[in-house]
Amino acid sequence: MTTTTSTDFATGVRAWLQANCPPEMRRPVTSEDDVCWGGRRFRFQSEAQRLWMQRMGERGWTVPTWPKAYGGGGLSPEEAKILRREMAALGCRSPLDSFGIWMLGPALLKYGSEAQKLEHLPPIARGEIRWCQGYSEPNAGSDLASLATRAELDGDEFVVNGQKTWTSYADQADWIFCLVRTDSTRGKHTGISFLLFDMTSPGVSTRPITLISGKSPFCETFFDDVRVPRRNLVGELDGGWEIAKYLLAHEREMISGIGDRGRAKPLGQVALAQIGAGADGRLAEPMLRAQIARFEIDEAAFRATIERTTDLLRAGEANPAAASMLKYYGAELNKRRWELMMACGGSDALEWEGERSRDGAIARTWLRSKANSIEGGTSEVQLNVVAKRILGLPGA
Amino acid sequence: MALILTREQRMLADSVREFLVEASPVSALRALRDARDPDGYSRGLWQRFAEMGYTGVLVPEAHGGLGLGHVEAGVVMEGIGRQLVATPFLASAVLGATALARAGSAAQQAAWLPRIASAQAIVTFAIDERPKHDPDAIETTARRTADGWRLDGEKRFVPDAHVADAWIVVARVAGDAERAGVRAAGGARPSGLARDAAPRTRALFLVPRDAPGARVERTTMVDAHNAGRLALADVSLPADARLGGAGDDAAGEAALQVTLDAARAALAAELLGVASEAFDRTVRYLNERRQFGKLIGEFQALQHRAAHLHTELEITRAAVLRALQSLDEDASRASPAVSVAKARACDSASLAVQEAVQMHGGIGMTDALDIGLYMKRARVAAELLGDAGFHADRYARSRGY
Repeated sequence: MTTTTSTDFATGVRAWLQANCPPEMRRPVTSEDDVCWGGRRFRFQSEAQRLWMQRMGERGWTVPTWPKAYGGGGLSPEEAKILRREMAALGCRSPLDSFGIWMLGPALLKYGSEAQKLEHLPPIARGEIRWCQGYSEPNAGSDLASLATRAELDGDEFVVNGQKTWTSYADQADWIFCLVRTDSTRGKHTGISFLLFDMTSPGVSTRPITLISGKSPFCETFFDDVRVPRRNLVGELDGGWEIAKYLLAHEREMISGIGDRGRAKPLGQVALAQIGAGADGRLAEPMLRAQIARFEIDEAAFRATIERTTDLLRAGEANPAAASMLKYYGAELNKRRWELMMACGGSDALEWEGERSRDGAIARTWLRSKANSIEGGTSEVQLNVVAKRILGLPGA
Repeated sequence: MALILTREQRMLADSVREFLVEASPVSALRALRDARDPDGYSRGLWQRFAEMGYTGVLVPEAHGGLGLGHVEAGVVMEGIGRQLVATPFLASAVLGATALARAGSAAQQAAWLPRIASAQAIVTFAIDERPKHDPDAIETTARRTADGWRLDGEKRFVPDAHVADAWIVVARVAGDAERAGVRAAGGARPSGLARDAAPRTRALFLVPRDAPGARVERTTMVDAHNAGRLALADVSLPADARLGGAGDDAAGEAALQVTLDAARAALAAELLGVASEAFDRTVRYLNERRQFGKLIGEFQALQHRAAHLHTELEITRAAVLRALQSLDEDASRASPAVSVAKARACDSASLAVQEAVQMHGGIGMTDALDIGLYMKRARVAAELLGDAGFHADRYARSRGY
């Protein structure tokens, strides 16, 4: 892209954003309730939120680099970067958060048929259909490939029976992309298929999961003779594991961003504010101070590592298991952060209810953070990946 | 700036590696140690360093050096770490060269920098006076006389002290201390946030090895690398021995800070090299050693520890490069990044060498195997110019707590 065309593009983007991004949408998202997920049953927080999603969706800027034919913005990577920059400059929040955008979309673009792309991608782009992910089962967590939810072909339809767990927002989603077993006679990896179906199909039910941190978006999802049209099979019959792996790598990269809180308050400052300083001007708790210093050092080094990983990728020196290393370290770092936040908060942070502690906000985040090293591939699995793919250790 | 080496820096890394594997593999350190070599380093090797240009990596081109930066110095140091090379590189090419380049007068620079670059002279740096590194705890005193200075004090843990042609000594200028009221009761040093801001009266003095009243004692160290103690008793120096001539306190302080930080970052690079080589040898061993009918590298416990260690080393590598680049960008503001790097490097190297010994099992405890030598160097390099605790504390202070 030439400099003049990119400047023109930026100018155009800026003007459009100025004219179309409601002022309320130029403030950062402060809580889970502010997030726009879209979908048939979504209750918008405000008209501004709805308008913002709709306008960006119509333009395809909810999915800037997807082809226009599928409802995307058809932008090049440079143009998408300019869009992101202009949005950041104006403080525009994301118009739409969506598993359809982050996970299913990329899978369909790579593995879906033309008909499937045309049927499912535009509603994702416009925030009309909200998706959830049916992967884990009570007996298939780290060993996802051992999943047992069955899909048996009966004429033109699959009949699905089984159960999924850890399905985020299943009780609010419109459709599900689901890994099912279509062949039990061969190896566990070779009998898996990738199926799409409507959550309002008869036989589908959900039950929310309460975590140690309180309410969560996770659900158990049950399938009782659910009939799914055959055309909703993505990719090859029994060829779903390849799609699953593709998406898992994607998911890992998403979660690896957790440890990198560019906007998170510096822990040392939080500690000073909550605990205070001694006569020498230093944090009054010396042991905690030492732990915080070590944490901040590791956090600074981790940020540098993320930058370096991106730079190496750009230079064509991609590390095969970089995502696993970052996810592993980022998750552990985030858990340390919240252990220290609890330490800084003292007994104030232990109040579970009431306004003073915002209903135990810090404690809940501390508890929730324990899942970071479990979800998206446990730390132990990530270490296996590093051992196998980078260190080449035997039999790994 | 991208957090990767440029093409030229990578070429330098490759040529350093090739050169040192041939010219000074770990066996060279063993030979120096076992022979109780009086120099503690190979003059021949040091000459070859000069021929390769390494000795002058931080010396400006005008003075016969390569005029490169701290990233390049770090590249050389990492190579040195991998082969446990005992040379005056840290002392002279980093500490001596940086102090002179930053604070030396034109005459001092002309007198010493070219000779450092050509390996004709070794200049080292003397700051520590206590078992723990503490740049604020300086009691070596410099008193003004009619024709110059009188230096009194003791220094320890001075790299290559006994083979240096001159030592740059950090001392407090007498009279300034009392004026500035910096001494607390009982000589206690300031410990609060304000520590760095305490009135500065430290200055750098170039002391030639043959100065009357100066005695050097070589100390044999755990890692068989050169270090020594200095005893300065009424050492008479000319007026121009003070770096920077008449001396601008603030400029002297700034130069001291940059010199120390440059060396700390260089040490972080060396530690990364020590750790990386120890780790690589350990992974190789996991792929060779058989027990219980399989390669020990098949045991998941070891796989996980190795994978964890690899991750820690990659993160330290990013931090070290960041510190070196920060020094090249603006050395006066690199301190936080340098502390992150040194703290991380100390911890990563400590983990790496301990895992290395442990995973090698019994043979890891033998002197015959090189692994123990890596553990020893890691410990000494960690202690030099501030260990992990020192730098964690400095980092916290830099961030206001």
